[in-house]
Amino acid sequence: MTMGEVPALVLADITCRFAARGGVGEPYTAVANATLAVAKGEFVSVVGPTGCGKSTLLNVAAGLLEPSAGTVEVFGERLLAANGVNRRAGYMFQADALMPWRNGIDNVIAGLEFRGVARNEAVTQAEEWLRRVGLAGFGDRYPHQMSGGMRKRLALAQTLILSPDILLMDEPFSALDVQTRQLMENELLALWAVDRKSVLFITHDLEEAIALSDRVVVLSAGPATRPIGDFKVDLPRPRDVSEIRMTPAFAKLHREIWAAMKEEVLKAYAAQKVA
Amino acid sequence: MRLRFLQILVLVLLIAAWYVLTAPGLVPPFYFEQANRAAFFFGEPQKVFWVIVEWFATGEIFPHLGITLLETALGFTIGSVLGLGIGLWLALSPTASAVMDPYIKGFNSMPRVVLAPIFAVWFGLGIWSKVALGVTLVFFVVFFNVYQGVREVSPNLIASARMLGASRRQLLRAIYLPAAMSWVFASLHNAVGLAFVGAVVGEYLGSSRGVGYLILQAEGTFDINTVFAGILVLTAFALTLDTAVGAVERRLMTWQPRAGETEKV
Repeated sequence: MTMGEVPALVLADITCRFAARGGVGEPYTAVANATLAVAKGEFVSVVGPTGCGKSTLLNVAAGLLEPSAGTVEVFGERLLAANGVNRRAGYMFQADALMPWRNGIDNVIAGLEFRGVARNEAVTQAEEWLRRVGLAGFGDRYPHQMSGGMRKRLALAQTLILSPDILLMDEPFSALDVQTRQLMENELLALWAVDRKSVLFITHDLEEAIALSDRVVVLSAGPATRPIGDFKVDLPRPRDVSEIRMTPAFAKLHREIWAAMKEEVLKAYAAQKVA
Repeated sequence: MRLRFLQILVLVLLIAAWYVLTAPGLVPPFYFEQANRAAFFFGEPQKVFWVIVEWFATGEIFPHLGITLLETALGFTIGSVLGLGIGLWLALSPTASAVMDPYIKGFNSMPRVVLAPIFAVWFGLGIWSKVALGVTLVFFVVFFNVYQGVREVSPNLIASARMLGASRRQLLRAIYLPAAMSWVFASLHNAVGLAFVGAVVGEYLGSSRGVGYLILQAEGTFDINTVFAGILVLTAFALTLDTAVGAVERRLMTWQPRAGETEKV
């Protein structure tokens, strides 16, 4: 991160309050006074205990949710709800967000279609992207005919074909088995290394966060979540996520960050037990 | 194969029982005083058969079947399009939906067959009064399916399409419409069946053509064999229609997983 460069994404002093169900009782404060910046080309992971408002923060960054207070800046420009979603960002969801009635190719070209790109041109690009995510020849399959891992690859192609400047990812691999997950993580890093977009990656898995990122931000337990720790990950790249976990540098970072996280995880756990 | 054999056996047994119990003088009358009374009330299978053969041999039945089919098709198409349009509109506009809610519920609860005489007055005894009846029946099936379907579209899917750059109109075309269509197809069998019911009931209540009219005419002259012939032709016709709908459905719904379907590699 060179000094003086405009960050890709700045969440400044964000607070999100949700009205209580039925309008009675105290409003629920999911996120309070959270500030977070992602530099151009930086891979930032946000970790925190379950239910702490990680996804809320990501939705704010995407422009899908308007914060109760605070501002979002994308490459120096204010993101306003009136102007719609964050146009420079691609979003990868935790759950499936593919169109079940479209086959692989048609799902991948959706974004280009919305932008008015001619179909021939779009299909050519989509085939190239299917090849890059390892789905060459599967374009005519419908999502229900694919495995969980294949659907994630498809969603990745669907997002990356628009070459967004910012990639927002909400626990994209949490539903996959461990082996598939590590494969996908390596592939994500390989794809990312090509043009180094800015990434904001949400996860509850600290190992995944360290293995992938340049920086790990730890959130406090909810309600009123805010960042409580910011750790630089200076492990060498390119990385292999399954090998890097074995290195002493990784273990040291893991200990350090876990020390900051542990208390919050226990708090969240206690809160869940009461509820 | 064995199953098919048993199915046919049931049919044969039913027809045999029908024949034995109605043929005058074959078994001593045990319910009616006179031997030919059973045949008068229940018809006789061999006579019913010959009525049907004659209908098809002389071609007399075809214009009537054609009219009934036309009424069914029109009732189905108009009812589906209206149901789809209004279902989409109300599902996407919470205010309109809240305002219209009691009227929709009320209109749906009303036994719509009572509208048939009114439609006869409004649209005459031609095909349009039958089409109108079919439309009122089909509309609600499709409407409720579309309404429910659109409201159950995953918020993730909508958010995803928005992030991919979809405008409101593109969202309607790429997400809401296909989602709603899948529900329309889910109600296809019901909708076609109801359009058919609308056509036949309409004809039965007053018409000059159609299979329902044939039945009405025969009933007026106590020709029970022709009544049964009409009923059987209608049944066979409805089954054919249902099979055709099933074929269309399979073609259009390839994207949907079927129960127990394995990966095709």
